[in-house]
Amino acid sequence: MSSEKIIQHSEAAAKFNKDVERVNWHDETLWFVRAKRDKSAHQIADWELLRETASQIKFNVLSNIHDYLVEFEANAQRNGIIVHWAADAKEHNEIVHSIMAKHDVKQMVKSKSMLTEECHLNDYLAEKGIEVIDSDLGEYIVQLRKEPPSHIVLPAIHLKKEDVSETFHEHLGTEKGNFNPQYLTESARQSLRNTFLTRKVALTGVNFAVAETGEFVVCTNEGNADMGAHLADVHIACMGFEKLIPKREHLGVFLRLLARSATGQPITTFSSHFKKPRDGKEMHILIVDNGRSTQLGREDFRNSLKCIRCGACMNTCPVYRRSGGHSYHNAVAGPIGSILAPNLDMSKNADLPFASTLCGSCTNVCPVKIDIHDQLYKWRQVLVKEGHTPKAKTVAMKTMATVLANPTVFNIAGKSGRFVMKNIPGMVNNKMNKWYDQREMPDVPEESFREWYKKNSRESKEKGNE
Amino acid sequence: MSSKGEILKRIKANQPQLVSELPDLNLLGSEQFDVLETYKTVLKGIGGDPVEVADYNEIINYIKSNYNLEKRLITTLPELSEIASLDWKTVDPHSLQDVELTVVKAHFGVAENSGLWVTDDILGQRVAPFIAQYLAIIVHKKDLVPTMQQAYDRIGKMEYGFGTFIAGPSKTADIEQSLVLGAHGARGLIVFLLD
Ligand code: SF4
Repeated sequence: MSSEKIIQHSEAAAKFNKDVERVNWHDETLWFVRAKRDKSAHQIADWELLRETASQIKFNVLSNIHDYLVEFEANAQRNGIIVHWAADAKEHNEIVHSIMAKHDVKQMVKSKSMLTEECHLNDYLAEKGIEVIDSDLGEYIVQLRKEPPSHIVLPAIHLKKEDVSETFHEHLGTEKGNFNPQYLTESARQSLRNTFLTRKVALTGVNFAVAETGEFVVCTNEGNADMGAHLADVHIACMGFEKLIPKREHLGVFLRLLARSATGQPITTFSSHFKKPRDGKEMHILIVDNGRSTQLGREDFRNSLKCIRCGACMNTCPVYRRSGGHSYHNAVAGPIGSILAPNLDMSKNADLPFASTLCGSCTNVCPVKIDIHDQLYKWRQVLVKEGHTPKAKTVAMKTMATVLANPTVFNIAGKSGRFVMKNIPGMVNNKMNKWYDQREMPDVPEESFREWYKKNSRESKEKGNE
Repeated sequence: MSSKGEILKRIKANQPQLVSELPDLNLLGSEQFDVLETYKTVLKGIGGDPVEVADYNEIINYIKSNYNLEKRLITTLPELSEIASLDWKTVDPHSLQDVELTVVKAHFGVAENSGLWVTDDILGQRVAPFIAQYLAIIVHKKDLVPTMQQAYDRIGKMEYGFGTFIAGPSKTADIEQSLVLGAHGARGLIVFLLD
């Protein structure tokens, strides 16, 4: 276990929870997005068939990924794209830097890429004296505030317009106290337009890469990926290897699902297919592993690699909505982030699979049908077994397992529990009991369900015999 | 740096033994609806303006009365040479920064999401539809397909260096989920639906 002190999800969430009004607002804002997703999904007669189809395509990808990657590389190279492979975050960052160095360029404009967040590319390049400007408005806002994004699709969802106004006043000189989103967006537009026009290197993420054609697709609403890539001399695109799909025609399935699941839009404003560089310009693609091949080998968790990063599972998650993306201390927050993070570092992220009610809402909205809540449950067992959970939780989980596995012990435990809660409530309703932290303990029932059932089933049997 | 071999080796060792079959896409895209009406409704819903026109003359008149012709208007369509310039396809793309309106023609449109499929051969320059303050795209009514399933059937093996679906004007909702049109690209999108 690493010795550095890591802020646990519950601690970070507790901090976020101090501002009750803001928490309620955060909760409602995300629920609003979730509701838009529902409305949009219900308008498509084929919705469930689409989800099933997408899921099957992704299963096919996972079982064929080796060959698809080889196919993709060959086709991309034939198209004139330069392909790189990075085993981990460090190598990813080094490759990006080497391309910058080769062109002797010290500035980059970047469009949204959660992978570069995962690799901490910005920090790395800053150390090398390279200035990176994030051009997605939400990312631009959090970058100015020196914060990480708190959501994979809506990076600044945790901020109010007053916060943005303050930030822009400080960095862009906008009018103090002007909270108008139109005005604020316009100021960012002007400032970023200048950036697009002066950068020689643009970096984008990748939403889908097509093995059959060697092209890749980048989806944005703002058009920032396109502004960057079409004006720069060098376009660098970074992708986790799981972004691959077999054929171009499969894009039809995923593009129908992605934006509808993310924000309820019928499609993102721009779904750009990059196949070849412009004449005389360079296009690079980085294929990154960074733990993905390990996850592929974990049978219980490999399905998490089907994720298309729509964010629907976050918007619907009652824990995410009330704890905020930053409490997950990982590039990808929410339910799916809590599955991906322990793969990267079990000891650092052992708390995350516990940041869930296991209500299953995430699984129900996932457009590629990942068994999200089941995987969270499985991670808990793995983490406890491997000794990565805090002592109290480990003891509680192990005790629970013993109690649940043994009917006699369960019976006695129930009886004594009820006795204690009724006669010595202070023993339960105290700070030591984490469950009591935010809750009123219930009144104690006179008898257990088991006792009630025994009696009633006898009664009903007797009735049945009458 | 030769991580390729290592990565591929690990993937091969860790991927599932049994290969899952690809699903049948022909089961999809059978939804029935009025294609033109749906197209217009969806486009309006995402901030674009559908304008039905009979011919290029109507387009010219519409542009004349709605845009400032003294500003820089560019197009790839010779039919519009009266109002927009045609000689910008080989200039430095950065020099398009003062363009007020770009007018191009789409291969086809998609009713379910109002997306218009354009590729670099009909864009003149890749950045042209993004860098302009306003964008107008022409599409024949007969070239509207119902869903993305038909869209990719139509694209098939088409060759292009760059292609994109454009659905509505550039937009953002990153500030408290308030929708603002005109993030970095066009502030408005007119779609001329041609008979
Ligand atoms: S796990 Fe599913 S719902 Fe969550 S982001 Fe990924 S694709 Fe979307």
